[in-house]
Amino acid sequence: MKRVITTTVINQSGVLNRVTGLLMKRQFNIESITVGHTEKAGISKMTFVVHVEDQRKLEQLLKQLQKQIDVLKVNDITDKAIVTRELALIKVLSPPGVRSEINSIIEPFRATVIDMSKNVITVQVTGDPGKIEAFIDLLKPYGIKELTRTGATAFVRETQKAPAQQLSIL
Amino acid sequence: MSVNVNVTQEEEQNVAGEHPKPVLQGSDVFIQSLQNEGVEMLFGYPGGAVLPIYDALYKNPIPHILARHEQGAIHAAEGYARVSGKTGVVIATSGPGATNLVTGIADAMMDSLPLVVFTGQVASAVIGTDAFQEADIVGITQPITKHNYQVKRVEDLPRIIHEAFHIASTGRPGPVLVDIPKDISNEVFTSAEIKATELNLPGYQPTTSPNFLQIQKVAQALQRAHKPLILAGAGILHSKASESFVKFVENTGVPVTNTLLGLGSIPGDHPQFLGMAGMHGTFTANMAICEADLLINIGARFDDRLTGNLEHFAPNATVVHIDIDPAEIGKNVHTDIPIVADAKEAIDSLLRLEMNKLAIEPWTTHLTKSKAEYPLVYSNESKKMLPQEVIELVHKHTKGNAIVTTDVGQHQMWAAQFYRFNHPDHWVTSGGLGTMGFGFPAAIGAQIAKPDQTVVSITGDGGFQMTLQELSLLQESQIPVKVIILNNQCLGMVRQWQETFYDKRYSESLMPSQPDFVKLAEAYNIEGYKVENYHDADELFKKVFSSNKPALIDCRVEQMENVYPMVAPGKGLHEMIGVKG
Repeated sequence: MKRVITTTVINQSGVLNRVTGLLMKRQFNIESITVGHTEKAGISKMTFVVHVEDQRKLEQLLKQLQKQIDVLKVNDITDKAIVTRELALIKVLSPPGVRSEINSIIEPFRATVIDMSKNVITVQVTGDPGKIEAFIDLLKPYGIKELTRTGATAFVRETQKAPAQQLSIL
Repeated sequence: MSVNVNVTQEEEQNVAGEHPKPVLQGSDVFIQSLQNEGVEMLFGYPGGAVLPIYDALYKNPIPHILARHEQGAIHAAEGYARVSGKTGVVIATSGPGATNLVTGIADAMMDSLPLVVFTGQVASAVIGTDAFQEADIVGITQPITKHNYQVKRVEDLPRIIHEAFHIASTGRPGPVLVDIPKDISNEVFTSAEIKATELNLPGYQPTTSPNFLQIQKVAQALQRAHKPLILAGAGILHSKASESFVKFVENTGVPVTNTLLGLGSIPGDHPQFLGMAGMHGTFTANMAICEADLLINIGARFDDRLTGNLEHFAPNATVVHIDIDPAEIGKNVHTDIPIVADAKEAIDSLLRLEMNKLAIEPWTTHLTKSKAEYPLVYSNESKKMLPQEVIELVHKHTKGNAIVTTDVGQHQMWAAQFYRFNHPDHWVTSGGLGTMGFGFPAAIGAQIAKPDQTVVSITGDGGFQMTLQELSLLQESQIPVKVIILNNQCLGMVRQWQETFYDKRYSESLMPSQPDFVKLAEAYNIEGYKVENYHDADELFKKVFSSNKPALIDCRVEQMENVYPMVAPGKGLHEMIGVKG
C-alpha cells in the first residue's frame, strides 16, 4: 500500500542520507521524497511516498524513523484530510498546427507555459499527484520531450472530518 | 559539570600580566571532556590523524590499552562495557584505522553495547578530496551506529562528546561514533562559556517508565494463565535487573528460559530455569515456548536464531513484550501486550503488585519432569576428548563463577549449554553479529574491568587465529586471561552444517595446518599448554585456574562432534533434532 509520511528533522548535514539510508537498510521502496525548510530555523520537513506491504511493516517504518536521533516527529498522514502538491515541468512538442489544441488542455489544468520556442513549449503544472498524472497522459500523444517532477509534499488540513485512527506507537 | 576551560576574570587579568595564557587545543578539550565523563580506560591505536589527541594524552594521561589491531581494541572495549556496564571508549586514526573498527561497531550495535568510538579524520580542508588515509567513516558507519557525528567546529567538541556518551549509555545502549578532523584537534579553543552538560537532543527521549495500565494487564494475564513462561533477554542484564527479576520469578513461580545473550540473568542451576531456548536451546525450553499460553519477553528481540520459523513460534501464547526500544515490539512477533520500558523499571513495577505464587502446578511439574527426561547430554564414543567435557571442566575448576567470553560457532553453543552461569554479567559473547575473533580481545577488556575475577576466553582454533595478535597484551599489561582453545582443526559449525545440509562436502572448512599454539604462547611470553585427554585437562586446569598468570591451553578435541539438540534453519521450534535422553 502507498503511504504518505512526513517527518520533521533537525537540519544537520547528512540527515537526508540517514533517513534514506534507513529506508534502504530496512528494504522500503521510496516513490518520491521532498525536503525543505520549515517555518522554524534549523528544522526541515521531509515528505515521502513509500510502498509498504502491510500494517506491521508500516508500523516498523514509523518506529525506525522515530528512532533516529535527528528525527523529531514522524506522521503517517495518508488517512487524514490532507493537501498534497507536486510540481511538474513538461517539455512538449508543439508545432504551430497543434498549439491551440495544447493550450485548450493546459487551461482547465491551470497549468502555465513558462518557456516557448519554435516547436516546443515548457509547461509548469502543480497539483496533487493524480492531477499531474492525468495532465501528463493528455499531453503524451503530442510528444513529451522531457519531464521532471518534484515529488509530493503534503500538509494535514487544519480541520479534520473525524479524528484519524491513531497508530499505536507506544 | 563544565569543561575545565573556563578562564575566570581573575585569571584573565593574570594572563594579561606575566603568565602566558594556557593555550588549549581541541585535543586538550577532548581529554578533559573524557575525564568529565568519568572515562577510566581507553582502548586504541594511534595514527596520523589522531597524533594531536595522543600528544594531549601524553601530557594528561588516561589509562590506555594499546591493542595490536583496531579490531582488537574495539572488541576489548565491548568486553569491558558488557561486564562493567560502563561505556567503552575507543580511539583510532582515520582511513584504515577507522575502517578496521567497522566489525566491532556493527557487533556492538547488534548486541546493544554502549561504546563511544573516536576516529581521527583528515583535515577539514581536504575532506572529500580522497586525501591520504581518508575514509568517509561517518557515511560507512551510519547504518551500524546508534548515532554518529563529525565535528565541524572546535566549540562543538565538548557538547558532542557529552551527547555521544549520553546517547551510547541511555535508552537502548549502542555505539556512537565521533569523527574528529585533525585541524579540529589542533585548533585553539576559545569559547570559554560552553558547558559540557548542555545536551541538545530534542529528538532523543527514550521512554524508561512502563505504562502502569499495561503492567496491570500483565499481572491479570499471569493470573489467568495456565502455562506462563518468561523469556529473559540481555535487556535484564543491561538494566542491572537480575536481582529484581529473580525475586519476581520466585514470587510467582513462573518458569524461565533465556536467550543466548540473556544467560546469567537467572542462575544456571535455578530450579525454575529451563535452559536456553532457540536453535541450540534445550528441548524443554523450546517445547515450553510451543506449549505456553502466556509468553512474557523481557528485554529480548525475538531474533531468528531464537524463534526459528515464526509461523510455528509460540502458537498458543498471548505475547507480552517488554522492551526499551519501541521498534523491537511487533517487529518479528505479534505482541498482545506491548510495554516500552527499561527492564528494571518494568520488573520493579510488577514486583510492587506483590503477586503470590500462581496456581500453575501441573505446568511446572510437567516442565520439571521434561527437564529430567531431556537434559543436555553427549555421549563419548570416540577416544578423543570432547569439547563439552572441556567446558564442564572449566565449570568445575571455576565453580561457575568465571567470566566467560566466546566467538561464534560450536564452542560458543557448547559454552552456552554447559557453562551454567551463577551470576549476571559473566557472559560475553558475540550474539547478533556472530563475530569470529571477538572473544579473546573481549576477554582482555573484561579482565581490565574486573581485575580480580577469573576470565576465560573459550575460543575455537578458527576464531582465535583472527585476533591472536592481542596475546601481546597479556604479558605487557599483566592481564591473567586464560585462553581455552577448543581445537578441532576445523571451522566446527561450518563443518557441522556441511555434514548435515551439504552431504558432507567439507568445502574449505578443515584446517589441518595450524601454528604450534604452545610455541606461539611462549613467543608471546606466556605459558602455553596442549592437552589431548580428559584426565590431563583436569589436572592442568586445576593448576592453571589457581594461578594468577595468563595461560593458553590448546585443547585437542574430537573433530566430528556436533552441537545438539538443534532446530534446523527454517524449521519451527517443535521440530528439534538430536534430542537424546
